[in-house]
Amino acid sequence: MNLESLEKLINSELTTKINSSSINHDELKLKIDEEDLHSVILFLKNDTRTKFRQLIDITAVDYPERDTRFKLIYFLLSHENNLRLNIEFEIKENYKVKSITSIFPSSNWMEREVFDMYGIHYKDHPDLRRILTDYNFSGHPLRKDFPLTGHNEVRYNEEDKKVIYEPVKLEQNYRNFDYESPWEGTKYIKEITKK
Amino acid sequence: MPKETKTMNLNFGPQHPAAHGVLRLILELDGEVVEKADPHIGLLHRGTEKLIEHKTYTQAVPYFDRLDYVAPMNQEHAFALAIEKILKINVPIRAQYIRVMFCEIGRILSHLLNITTQAMDVGALTPTLWGFEEREKLMGFYEKVSGSRLHANYFRAGGVHKDLPIGLDNEISEFCNSFPKIIDDLETLLTDNRIFKQRNVDIGIVSKQDALDYSFSGVMLRGSGVPWDLRKSQPYDCYNNFEFNIPIGKNGDCYDRYLCRIEEMRECVKIINQCLEQMPKGPVKTNDGKISPPSKKDIKESMEALIHHFKLFTEGYRVDKDEIYTAVEAPKGEFGVYLISDGSNKPYKCKIRAPGFSHLQAMDYLIKGHMLADVPAVLGSMDIVFGEVDR
Repeated sequence: MNLESLEKLINSELTTKINSSSINHDELKLKIDEEDLHSVILFLKNDTRTKFRQLIDITAVDYPERDTRFKLIYFLLSHENNLRLNIEFEIKENYKVKSITSIFPSSNWMEREVFDMYGIHYKDHPDLRRILTDYNFSGHPLRKDFPLTGHNEVRYNEEDKKVIYEPVKLEQNYRNFDYESPWEGTKYIKEITKK
Repeated sequence: MPKETKTMNLNFGPQHPAAHGVLRLILELDGEVVEKADPHIGLLHRGTEKLIEHKTYTQAVPYFDRLDYVAPMNQEHAFALAIEKILKINVPIRAQYIRVMFCEIGRILSHLLNITTQAMDVGALTPTLWGFEEREKLMGFYEKVSGSRLHANYFRAGGVHKDLPIGLDNEISEFCNSFPKIIDDLETLLTDNRIFKQRNVDIGIVSKQDALDYSFSGVMLRGSGVPWDLRKSQPYDCYNNFEFNIPIGKNGDCYDRYLCRIEEMRECVKIINQCLEQMPKGPVKTNDGKISPPSKKDIKESMEALIHHFKLFTEGYRVDKDEIYTAVEAPKGEFGVYLISDGSNKPYKCKIRAPGFSHLQAMDYLIKGHMLADVPAVLGSMDIVFGEVDR
């Protein structure tokens, strides 16, 4: 099976659930609605033709200017067919996504990571705790509005003989250079370089 | 009257030498039997993904060295491939050979570290001393080609930074001649060693189905009998040109994974030898001046080259709006980069898929019902490096 026939197969089997599909860089991308997540993944995993038996990763992307702020992406791999596929859907902030831990046990930590990094909550997750950040951490670091330097810094306090937390103090402001030059270059040179 | 039993909680790490870094493992013990394991990770979290969002594509490469720091170039490879696929860059054939050769050197580096430290965890000290001597030689090759023993920063989108220095190919070839003997020596110490076998055979068995369900990759998957290696199934760069075998385990226990790694090192030597034989002469990076910096000689002579150099090292190059997931077969498993570019000189998002993250997640499932002394053995055979798990 190749990606084109897989795309056809999925579109005919799950007509109502697939909003759109496309093939980009040897990978099939399916856009769905959040409500259909379980049924789509169950089909892809259990169907004898598709055989997407492995969940590779789950991640989110933050678009703060959009109404549906987060895009969630699930990467699947089929060893038998040697094909890759990703499923994506968009959600609003504070929306609770259905956990897929009952289908893929490995999604447990992946969802915890998304929760930690983006603050996306999951329904029916067995153990939704922070995973990568510090104990008692607040905020969600991979959101675009979280500052690169963070809010707190730690140091060892010689007097108290322990590690203490303090608000970040920068000796020099963080410099974010703006490279978006309005000057695009002369048109005929651009045409030459394109050739 | 029924006996009352109480489980005991044990805090393993984050400073334990067998924790392979900074793992904090909360174990619930019933006597000496582990009932539950709860790994607490993130003690080495540096926010790599966030930092990469604020760096140009060239500046992001060194962060990949610091993920799995025992095989740095394999990580850089995934990132370079992702950019190349978006920009549709043709990598010169010599550069592909150099990259494959150093990826295989990285694989030997990683497996040597893993096998020998796993042996140390179960009580054998000598393999570590022997193995690290070889690692030192390999890191010498890293240093000769990139200037640093560990954090190479050598692969670029479009090729590699510099060509091999004169004479390095002979040195690597000499190493390839002597190294199989070292593997044999290591095997005489471990493979039939009674204690090593007692500690590893039938410990931490993973069934085929569970290996898939828990998103295992690399040796963890192959040890359980799934024939899957990205170098064969989805070849990247010039892996198509080589003849090598993929060792597969039978029982899925710690011992099989050890055997797989030993055999993989022999295959690595084969690939490196083929690289040295077949490697053509030619350029080592793309000649597109908008992506790879000009030579020092050109900068002295050509105004355009000088401008290119300046622009590349201040602004960097821009990557068209696109999304891509690229995976390579790193020594520990499938290492993937999910890159979203927005047309600017910095990635909009760069998600790193580290194989160790999924492996460590299965710790609870693997160790349940085993004895406390099996924890280091299972942990060792999973090949965990915290640089990549915590990112």
